[in-house]
Amino acid sequence: MIIQRVARWIDNRLGASRAARTTLNKVFPDHWSFMLGEVALYCFVILVLTGVYLTFFFTPGTKEVVYHGSYAPLDGVKMSQAYESVLRISFDVRAGLVMRQIHHWAALMFVAAVIAHLMRIFFTGAFRRPREINWMIGVTLLILAIANGFTGYSLPDDQLSGTGLRIAYSVVLSVPVAGVWTAFLIFGGEFPGNEVLTRFFVIHILIIPVAIAVLLGAHLAILVRQKHTQFPGRGRANTNVVGARLWPTFMAKTLGLFFLTFAVLAALGGLAQINPVWIWGPFEPAAVSAGSQPDWYVGWLEGSLRLFPAWETRLFGFEIPNPFYSGVVIPGITFMLLYAWAFLEARVTKDYEEHHLLDRPRDRPVRTSIGVAALTFYVILFAAGGNDVLAARFDISVNLITWVFRIFLLVLPPLTALLTYRLCRELQARDHEKPRPTAVLERTQSGGYVEVEEPAGAPRA
Amino acid sequence: MSAPDRERRAVNQVAVAFGVSALASLGLAAVYWQGGQNQVEGVLLAIALGGLGYGFVVVARRLLPQGPYTEERDVLPSSEGQVAAFETDLERGEGWLARRGFLLKMLGVAAGALGVAALFPLRSLGPNPGNSLRRTKWRRGSLVVDEQGEPVRVRTLEVGGVLTVFPEGHLEREDSQTLLIRISDENVVTRKGREDWAPEGYVAYSKVCTHAGCPVGLYQQDVKRLLCPCHQSSFDAVEGARPMFGPATRSLPQLPLMVDDNGLLRAQDDYDEPIGPGFWDRGR
Repeated sequence: MIIQRVARWIDNRLGASRAARTTLNKVFPDHWSFMLGEVALYCFVILVLTGVYLTFFFTPGTKEVVYHGSYAPLDGVKMSQAYESVLRISFDVRAGLVMRQIHHWAALMFVAAVIAHLMRIFFTGAFRRPREINWMIGVTLLILAIANGFTGYSLPDDQLSGTGLRIAYSVVLSVPVAGVWTAFLIFGGEFPGNEVLTRFFVIHILIIPVAIAVLLGAHLAILVRQKHTQFPGRGRANTNVVGARLWPTFMAKTLGLFFLTFAVLAALGGLAQINPVWIWGPFEPAAVSAGSQPDWYVGWLEGSLRLFPAWETRLFGFEIPNPFYSGVVIPGITFMLLYAWAFLEARVTKDYEEHHLLDRPRDRPVRTSIGVAALTFYVILFAAGGNDVLAARFDISVNLITWVFRIFLLVLPPLTALLTYRLCRELQARDHEKPRPTAVLERTQSGGYVEVEEPAGAPRA
Repeated sequence: MSAPDRERRAVNQVAVAFGVSALASLGLAAVYWQGGQNQVEGVLLAIALGGLGYGFVVVARRLLPQGPYTEERDVLPSSEGQVAAFETDLERGEGWLARRGFLLKMLGVAAGALGVAALFPLRSLGPNPGNSLRRTKWRRGSLVVDEQGEPVRVRTLEVGGVLTVFPEGHLEREDSQTLLIRISDENVVTRKGREDWAPEGYVAYSKVCTHAGCPVGLYQQDVKRLLCPCHQSSFDAVEGARPMFGPATRSLPQLPLMVDDNGLLRAQDDYDEPIGPGFWDRGR
């Protein structure tokens, strides 16, 4: 067999057989929620594949050109080279539009999968010792995913992305002491700046993707070293992993998941139009349209900017402008808390033990309630990011809807936390009511009986 | 169904799935060859990939050994002996470093200096902000022109009309974009000290929102309010663009206007305060 000969050739030079065998036999526990992280990984792979294709045709230039391509409505319109090249990708490069749309959908799904994965890790306590490092790497990956989404969204230099950049510039400008210089260094001068597209291009296609790839490698290497967590169940203990082996069962399963993820994104890229920049038009600084909405993962920041009251700080002639609080402090606290969570929880619960068995969310009512409250908070911010769209749709005043969201933001998180706590307790109580077998007997091959203990996972009171 | 039957059925399913995938791929190539069509490409690609995905999932769930297999975890921390041996080896260098503390300090100085020097090229990324955030292109006597560069006359706007204007020669200049509103047909005083700023009912405000810099593009004629479409700050056009609602904390700066002998609108001067969103030393 050719494979065996190649394997022998490699082993003679690297002695890799032992490690390779361990890898082939690596056991992956089976649970649907473990696939969320894999979906995120595959979205990244698809982003790289489609992104490389787009890079061949995209020009990150701000030089003004007059359009004479095949999209007639914009014929003769002045625009940047960047915007023109996106039109060319969309209308003149064969398979360009489908690649561009798959790329955009994959970016949306990438962040969604990362967040879903993070929620799974959070609510099941998978971040506890020994996995704190991977938790922090994961949070970093989330930040990088959002940052790369935003820089990519800015590249076409259309009206919508220009508005997003304008707001980002103002948020940077608002940082005390260093804001003005930082904004000028990032944008290459006062907004709009001639350098920002070129820079965002390098950040978007090189710096952040490489950082993501390196951290993903570390994320997976640590996962292999520490092995997977698993839900408690028969035969499962803190000292073992029960599931399917990498080769061949898990390999087939995960390849299937990769192709299905790609298939869904391909269908979306073909059928569901996304970011039709030819409708938004090229960026003009003096224009903006009502109902401007960012990509979904920036929605919470948009909502924060919209809901924050008209406060700013002025002291001795210096000022801390309003967007600093809504655009820097709120996301800053968000990510600080995420980074610190694994350590905060251990400190409060005084639980510094190694955990490889997952919690059911109901068995940790306090953590689950805090998580639900936080989710409620961000969902309200997200909804508030579309307050004008909601106001137009339901024909109510923007001011009213803004006030409602402001009140919701303070009142609903504690309420949902309380509700979640009660629900967890109820579910726990129901678990206790169910008649549980006092012993499980298993018949051995020789015909005898042994008592199987349930090693772990008895619900906590 | 017996086990062999189930297995045969699964094998058939996988074969069909892979076959469909292959056909879709052929179709995809053909569509591309014929000039390409976005929707068809997306659907065929989805079928090609979906067929593979479905096939692999059936293989994994029906045809391959399910286990469950159990793998024991290794103890993660190294043994005490290993850690101790590591620490001994580490001290090999540490001991030397401790004896040569002075060299270590000098290394710190050198590395620190190199680090600081390496930061200097960052300065090349952008110009000195200087007073560029405090000045726009409006000057004493700047001619007010619309987005096509046409001068604005007293009769250009009806009462209630709005226009985006720039100083002549600086069309599309982001920091100079100004919103011209005719709120009346006689002089308007928006605020004390601005008695002659709005001749013939023409008031001009910076179009850059004082919150996050979006163009304040919407004018509600009935209530004489300006609305920023980005974060819904609203400003009272009659009272010096005072913020009425939303996150904006400051009024939009007002541009003092005058009418020249030919009936053309001109600026009396630049704005008397920095336009746009706030920054640290804006008030200095």
